[in-house]
Amino acid sequence: MKETLLDKVWAAHTVRELPNGSTQLLIGTHLIHEVTSPQAFGMLRDLGLKVKFPQRTFATVDHIVPTDEREEPFSDQLADEMIKALRANCREAGITFFDLPTGHQGIVHIVGPEQGITQPGTTIACGDSHTSTHGAFGAIAFGIGTSQVRDVLATQTMAIRKPKVRRINVDGKLSPGVYAKDVILHIIRRLGVNGGIGFAYEYGGSTFDAFTQEERMTVCNMSIEGGARVGYVNPDKTTFDYLQGRRYAPQGAAWEKALTRWSAFASDAGVAYDDVVGFHAGEIAPTVTWGINPGQAIFIDERVPRPEDLAEKDRATAAEALAHMKLTPGQPIKGVPVDVAFLGSCTNARLSDLTEVARYVKGRTVRAGVKAIVVPGSQGVATLAEKMGIAEIFRAAGFEWRGAGCSMCLGMNPDKLVGDQLCASSSNRNFKGRQGSPTGRTVLMSPLMVAAAAITGEIADAREVFSIS
Amino acid sequence: MALDKITQITGRGVYVPGDDTDTDRIIPARFMKCVTFDGLGEYAYYDERRADDGTDKSHPLNDPRFFGARFLLSGSNFGCGSSREHAPQALYRFGFRAVLAESFAEIFFGNSTTLGMPCAVMAAGDLRALAGLIEEDPALLITLDLLEGKVTAADVDFPATLPDHAREALVSGKWDAIADLLEGLPDVERVAATLPYFA
Repeated sequence: MKETLLDKVWAAHTVRELPNGSTQLLIGTHLIHEVTSPQAFGMLRDLGLKVKFPQRTFATVDHIVPTDEREEPFSDQLADEMIKALRANCREAGITFFDLPTGHQGIVHIVGPEQGITQPGTTIACGDSHTSTHGAFGAIAFGIGTSQVRDVLATQTMAIRKPKVRRINVDGKLSPGVYAKDVILHIIRRLGVNGGIGFAYEYGGSTFDAFTQEERMTVCNMSIEGGARVGYVNPDKTTFDYLQGRRYAPQGAAWEKALTRWSAFASDAGVAYDDVVGFHAGEIAPTVTWGINPGQAIFIDERVPRPEDLAEKDRATAAEALAHMKLTPGQPIKGVPVDVAFLGSCTNARLSDLTEVARYVKGRTVRAGVKAIVVPGSQGVATLAEKMGIAEIFRAAGFEWRGAGCSMCLGMNPDKLVGDQLCASSSNRNFKGRQGSPTGRTVLMSPLMVAAAAITGEIADAREVFSIS
Repeated sequence: MALDKITQITGRGVYVPGDDTDTDRIIPARFMKCVTFDGLGEYAYYDERRADDGTDKSHPLNDPRFFGARFLLSGSNFGCGSSREHAPQALYRFGFRAVLAESFAEIFFGNSTTLGMPCAVMAAGDLRALAGLIEEDPALLITLDLLEGKVTAADVDFPATLPDHAREALVSGKWDAIADLLEGLPDVERVAATLPYFA
């Protein structure tokens, strides 16, 4: 019987079937952060329970940390209370905490892979919907709510229904100036923000085979924006090369054994999927959002849609989106003025994202009046970027180079939009109010497109701005 | 842990129209700076309900006719976006005991079920019809019957369904999985021992 990676990982981690038809699934790796865990620790205390496998739980602090003034106590008293609570909870339970002074702090979905904690054939859960990122390693990784964080802390398991699997093939070579971010924005645009409900997305095809590990992470990261709680890529040599030598990766003889084991988790050739969808890499152009959900996206040279041209079910949301975004139906998206450029988030703040952008930004200058910030995904990324001179390239160009964290992706720290500022953002969500101001406007795009917007002061085609052809 | 068996919910309703209501809208991230869920109710739909200066905007949840509603009615893909349990917690603490919508995002659905707040799926036309009945008579009592899979209002029945596993969990009083999970702990140890990375 041929099986998908999901089937195999599921079978290896099934503890038992529960009476209501859900699976009690063992969660091999539990990642926690300061926003969705304190209530769970509180629930544990109320129930008189302890953390079952503290050695399989890893913590970091990312959502609320300031990215400029990082000395404690934080000026925001609530944020200060949250980091202290996490510290106390980790100390009490014996959980490894990649805290600010460790030099390994960062966005949870960047830290896990960077440390080699994220491994193929494993199950991972975290109280954050972008946990799907870890699927890039051939792991089955779920975003969970706080009650489930409690469940995983107490039992290292959770009750969950096995999803169906949709195979998404992308084949061919991406055009110059088109990135993994454009691929996932395109997939969401075509399949819809709710198209993935009930599915795990398995990404494959020659485009994914050629992708670096970090590009795969960008795509898997936004599976949830397409409605799929889980997204993954079958592990291969690219995955193994990325992991080799990382702190928590198996070493020596254990490494060789792990390679054999991990390889066997890949979906069997010829396995039947619940659904299969295909795209050609060549059809994808730099993509930007124009609305208030990530599916409301167009190519950079397209015009903002007119609601009457859309399917009837999409018209009301489109009208609401246009009003919020202060865009006119039919206007080109190119040329819309931007106030803020944000290069960061668990989608696009890894070293390769920053390296790629720095190549083009070198010698250019951020347009006067644009606030441009670069928020590396982890202290590890920040340190390497400093060493490689990348941070300096950004600073010289007029970007603010910040400390690691989630920052303006969701504006839980002091980095927020003000009023109806429009932000060119490499993050993952353009919901109303997402970036910290109820009237703030977000346009999602690839990191290089963010740089193009920062330099020109408007939504621009990076291929033109940087003469890429 | 003995929980109530949730088989029937009765109360008034309020319709907040729109598809793809995301969890940032249900509870903006800035209100998640808290170490407990207490007090989240007042921030439900905050930016939709309040202007920058804190004054009320026109919104169904600000309309006194619908105060005290236990049913929230909305469109498709309700609760999309973040996994924050703060969203269903805010709705629950605001006073809602069930959500009726065309479809639900998966994580929101699971989080709500775990709180004992059923999310039932209704056809778009039925939702609009029910919303129309509520608009005509905001005091109208609505009943969600999980066993029968229907919503009844003003003697009209509308199909309202949940996936079997969630319905079963609610009606049997096992909507919070922790007791079941704890029961399985001996098996957890057994399975963990088979996984090299668990050592």
